[in-house]
Amino acid sequence: MKTEMDKLLRINRLPHIWCPGCGNGIVMRAIQKAILEASLEQDKTVIVSGIGCSSRASGYMNFDTLHTAHGRAITFATGIKLANPELNVFVITGDGDGSAIGGNHLIHAARRNIDLNVIMFNNNIYGMTGGQYSPMTPHGKFATTAPYGNLERSFDICNLAQAAGATYVGRSTVYHVKMLVDLIKKGIENKGFSFVEAVSICPISYGRRNKMGNAPQMMEWLKEHAVNIKAAEKMQPEKLQDKFLIGEMYQGQAPEYTQLYDELIAKLQKGAEDNVR
Amino acid sequence: MKRKAQLLQGNQACSQGALDAGVRFYAGYPITPSTEIAEFMAEALPKVGGKFIQMEDEIAGIGAVIGAALTGVKALTATSGPGFSLKQELIGFAAMTEIPCVVVNVQRMGPSTGGPTSPAQGDIMQARWGTHGDHPVIALSPASVLEAYTLTIKAVNFSEKFRVPVIFLLDEVIGHMREKVVLPELSGMEIIDRKRTTVSPLEYLPYAADESGIPAIADFGQGYHWHVTGLNHDQSGSPTGKADVLNQELQRLFQKLDQYQEEITLYQTFDVEDAEYLLISFGCSTRPSLAAIEILRKHGIKAGVLQLQTIWPFPEKVIKEFTAKRKGVFVVEMNAGQLCLEVERTMDNREILHKVNKINGELITPQEIIDKVQEAVN
Repeated sequence: MKTEMDKLLRINRLPHIWCPGCGNGIVMRAIQKAILEASLEQDKTVIVSGIGCSSRASGYMNFDTLHTAHGRAITFATGIKLANPELNVFVITGDGDGSAIGGNHLIHAARRNIDLNVIMFNNNIYGMTGGQYSPMTPHGKFATTAPYGNLERSFDICNLAQAAGATYVGRSTVYHVKMLVDLIKKGIENKGFSFVEAVSICPISYGRRNKMGNAPQMMEWLKEHAVNIKAAEKMQPEKLQDKFLIGEMYQGQAPEYTQLYDELIAKLQKGAEDNVR
Repeated sequence: MKRKAQLLQGNQACSQGALDAGVRFYAGYPITPSTEIAEFMAEALPKVGGKFIQMEDEIAGIGAVIGAALTGVKALTATSGPGFSLKQELIGFAAMTEIPCVVVNVQRMGPSTGGPTSPAQGDIMQARWGTHGDHPVIALSPASVLEAYTLTIKAVNFSEKFRVPVIFLLDEVIGHMREKVVLPELSGMEIIDRKRTTVSPLEYLPYAADESGIPAIADFGQGYHWHVTGLNHDQSGSPTGKADVLNQELQRLFQKLDQYQEEITLYQTFDVEDAEYLLISFGCSTRPSLAAIEILRKHGIKAGVLQLQTIWPFPEKVIKEFTAKRKGVFVVEMNAGQLCLEVERTMDNREILHKVNKINGELITPQEIIDKVQEAVN
């Protein structure tokens, strides 16, 4: 018998293309669980993705799904949401797709506070192309295009999303799954631009090159290095030096874009053109 | 409602045509000389319940248009040279996924930033082959403000009917020119909506085409749960690498418009019946061509004009038919010679083909055309 979760999957499209030990499946499941828990209508939910390993998730999810071009998922999602605001629109993106080639779209969608749920699968690397450094590969780490260590600094993408105007921002990991589901669900409930960074693992293209061990060992690493933002408040700065924060990073209030647009239409159609000029 | 005579700009006429064709979504980025279209849409669309959004860049503009089109709305974006270059990848996405949309390109001088307010017709080949891979595309080009209106409606209709991106090749002259026009009555106009599927979600194969060659679409939000991808896909929309399936799907895609060539081919002729010398032109260069044949005829030279309104797919049959039995054929265009390559490829008697080109941002004058014709006559 099909479970509720099974109904949200295109089981005939399995097996998926992800490598053994990849964290992407965990994030995909977390999104589906959050959709179930938030009781979103399957027919009214759209999944949009870009290009890369994580963006292949849209093909396995049983909704209206749109696998777009590299970096551009948020632009398509903006068109969908604005054209039909009754749809629940999710964007699945990776750290390369969403913070490099698609970085401009990310900040502008956040600035508009358009009601999208963006989930960024962050595995710190371009996995699909075989392990090149991304804007979220930490300084000093190795990649095929950083054979002597990464000279660049990496984004704190949650800070970026918040600064750009996102009204809900959270970060969790593929180890802290319950929290991940919870953050995505809260993002769904936020009427505005919601951004959740899901720190994932790529044992093949990132872990191996950086001597982080196999998938379970990378999971251990996540467990040991992620600190809940609330716990961090009581910790000494030196204890946080090699750690990263997880939890609800930001929750704010701002008018939502498509709602403002619908109000404008209503106003104009009542014949009040002069008042809005 | 009876329409009155009005002084209208080409870009405005194009915008009005889009509205009258049922376009209810616009996303774009400001760029000269197309910006008036965005300004018109920003004001007009919310009044009729439509949506306008100014995106952060050109790519985002067409991305949002394709997304909106998937919800069932007719969507359009407008740009010019540099922006048209930026949009190419997603024009290919729309062609590959067969999502209807219209991209207006008000051509300006290039390459690069070129001349933002200077006219040119240099994007003929880019309109056809700007995006990578073999793909179908339609491009129309108007030569007057009235045509900017009527052909925009055609462009929207074609994109809906054939599920292809349609490139609307305006140029700076026609886009910015104002003319007195009486727009045709809406009631007499054919407006086409995309074919929607009538089968149940369980039976739906998004890329299974009937004999029309055009698959029926399901709007997002209707429970069909279908997958849209720019990857090679089979009839179910799923990515596939099977060579036989790919061949079948890509052949259908590439040849989708072949059986409709006649319907898509739009052109006008002027004084061609007895013409010994034929000018082939399109867009703004049609106008000096028309002036030139009038003067040439006064000098006893029988000249006529074939104006192509459809640039792509290239109207081969029309070219073959109208270039036969002439003494001279002249392709008049504001570029270094792009359309003439297609004419040359198509016509039988190439030795009578001449080029009339200009790429300095100034219009081709009737006299320049006359000189070329007289040179050939002598």
